[in-house]
Amino acid sequence: MRATSREALLALLACAVTLLLAAALGSKPLIDTLMRLAIFGLYAVSLNILVGYTGLVSFGHAMFFGFGAYAFGLLMQTGMTSLPAAALASLALSAVLALVVGALCIRLADIYFSFLTLAFQMLLHAVILSWVGLTGGDQGLQGGIPRPRFLGINLADPWQVFVVTMVAFFASLLAIRTILQSPFGYALRMVRDNAPRAAALGLPVQRYKLAAFVIAGLFGALAGILMALYVSGAYPNFAFWTLSGEGMFMIMLGGIGVFLGPVLGAAIFLLLNDTVTRFTEYNGMVMGVVLLVVVLGLRQGLLDVVMARLRPR
Amino acid sequence: MTAHLAIADLVKHFGGVVATDHVTLDFPPGSLTAVIGPNGAGKSTLFNLITGRIRPDGGRVLLDGTDIAGWSETAIVARGIGRAFQIASLFPSFTVAESLAAAILAHRRQTHRMLARFPLAAARGRADEVMHLVGLDAHADRLAQHLSHGDQKLLDIALALALDPGVLLLDEPTAGMGRDERWQIIETVHRLWSARRMTMIFIEHDMDIVFKIAQSVRVLKFGRVLAEGTPAEIRDNDEVIAAYLGTRYAKAAP
Repeated sequence: MRATSREALLALLACAVTLLLAAALGSKPLIDTLMRLAIFGLYAVSLNILVGYTGLVSFGHAMFFGFGAYAFGLLMQTGMTSLPAAALASLALSAVLALVVGALCIRLADIYFSFLTLAFQMLLHAVILSWVGLTGGDQGLQGGIPRPRFLGINLADPWQVFVVTMVAFFASLLAIRTILQSPFGYALRMVRDNAPRAAALGLPVQRYKLAAFVIAGLFGALAGILMALYVSGAYPNFAFWTLSGEGMFMIMLGGIGVFLGPVLGAAIFLLLNDTVTRFTEYNGMVMGVVLLVVVLGLRQGLLDVVMARLRPR
Repeated sequence: MTAHLAIADLVKHFGGVVATDHVTLDFPPGSLTAVIGPNGAGKSTLFNLITGRIRPDGGRVLLDGTDIAGWSETAIVARGIGRAFQIASLFPSFTVAESLAAAILAHRRQTHRMLARFPLAAARGRADEVMHLVGLDAHADRLAQHLSHGDQKLLDIALALALDPGVLLLDEPTAGMGRDERWQIIETVHRLWSARRMTMIFIEHDMDIVFKIAQSVRVLKFGRVLAEGTPAEIRDNDEVIAAYLGTRYAKAAP
C-alpha cells in the first residue's frame, strides 16, 4: 500500500478509536482532556512546521491562535453567517494576516525573525486589550459565541463539539503530514538545513519560508477556532506570549524531529500542568525544572530520543 | 548540454577594496579551464559574481550571449550554471539519494507540489543516475552528515551535476584532502567533463592537478587577470612564476 493511503487509514482508525473509547467510557473529564489535547496538540504541530521543519523559530505563533478565535467569535456574534462559513472566513483572514506578517518577518534572520514575530503578537494582544468596544478587552468576548445548528449538527451539544474537534484534529494531522512528506515539505527541510545551498540549486527560499509561515498560521488559527468553540468565548491570553512559549515547550518536550513529537509534548505538558496546579501555585517553577531536565539531560525531545534509538545507522 | 560563458569588464568593490578589477575572460563551450592565483586574488568572488550570489558593480556576464549580470541566483541557476563549493555545502539531515532528488525537484520547479509523495519517481531515477556517475551508489541511504570528507565533496559536486548545467563551477574540488583522495576526486571530475562536455571551470591550488587536466589556465592577482593560456604557456610565463608559481614549475627546473 502506498505510504499516503496507509497514513490516511491510520488517521481514520485513530479517530474512530478515540471516539468509540470516549463514547464507551462517557466520562466528562476524559472528554475535556481529549479536547484540550487535540486543540493544543494541533497548535504545537502547526508551530513545529516552522520550528522543526523550516528552521524558523517563531516566538509569536499564539498570534494566530488568538486571531482565529477572535475572528471566529466576532463573526458568529454578528449572527449573519453560518458556523462553517464563519470558520472558513476566519481561516481566510488568518491566512491574510500570516501573509502580511510573514512577508515582513522572513526578511530577517534568526533571532531578529523571532523577535519580530513576538512584536507582532504583542501588538495584536495590545489591540485586543484596548479595543474594548469590539473585543471586550481583558474580560474577553462578551456574551459567549452563538452556535446555531448547521447540516443537522448542533455544536451547543458538548458531545457533538467533541466529535467535530476530533475529526478536525485528525484530518489536520493527516493534511500536515501529507504536506511535510511532499516535495514541498522536503523543500522546507532544504531551507532549514542549508538555505544558501538551496538557493544555489534554484529554490526560491523566501517564497518557501513565507508559504510555511502561512500554512503554520492557518493551522494555528484552526486550533484557535476549535478553542473558541470549546469554551464558547475568546480571551486575550489566547494571543499572549506565554502561549507561544508553551508551544515551544511542548515541541521541545515531545521532540522537534518527529512528526507526532509535539502532540506527545502537548499531552505531557497538559497532564503535568493539571497535576502540579493541584498541589502548588508555583507550577511555573516545576515546569521550568522539567524543561531544564529535558533540555540539559536529553538534549532533545522524548520522541527524538526514542527514534534515534530505533533508527539504524 | 554545454554553454558559452564570457565575462566582459566585470567590476566589484568591497568598500575601498577592488575584488574584481575589469576582468574580461572567455570560456568556450565544452572547455575545461583552471582558475589559479594567490589567496585574495578574487577567484571565489569571480564565482560569486557569475552565479549571482553577489551583484557586480559593473560589466557583463554573458551566457550564450545573454547578459545575466545582476540576475538573481535562482534565475541564473535555472539558466544552467551549476556550482560546487570550497567547503562542501550539503543538507546534513538528508540521505545522499534524498539530497539529489530534492536538488532535481528544486531545479525542475516541482517543489511546490504538496500532495505528491517525495521523491517523485522521475526524480529518483535521475538521482540514481547521478549517484552512479560520481560513484556514490553504495552510500545512497547514508546521511550527508555521516559521509567521509571526500564523499561529501563528491556529493556537493553531484548536487550541481544533478541540474545538468551547461556551465559547472567547482571551487577547489580537492580542498582539504589527502593526496590519494585528491587524485581520486580529480579523476572523477575529469571523467564527468569528458563524458558530458559541459563548460567546466575550477579553482585549484594544486599545480600538479592544474597542469595535468586543465585545457587552459587563467591566472588572477589582486582582482586582475595576470595571464591566460595553455598550461605550458602559463608554466613559462615569467610574470606568473614571479607572482605565484615560483621557479618549481618552470620548464628549466626539472
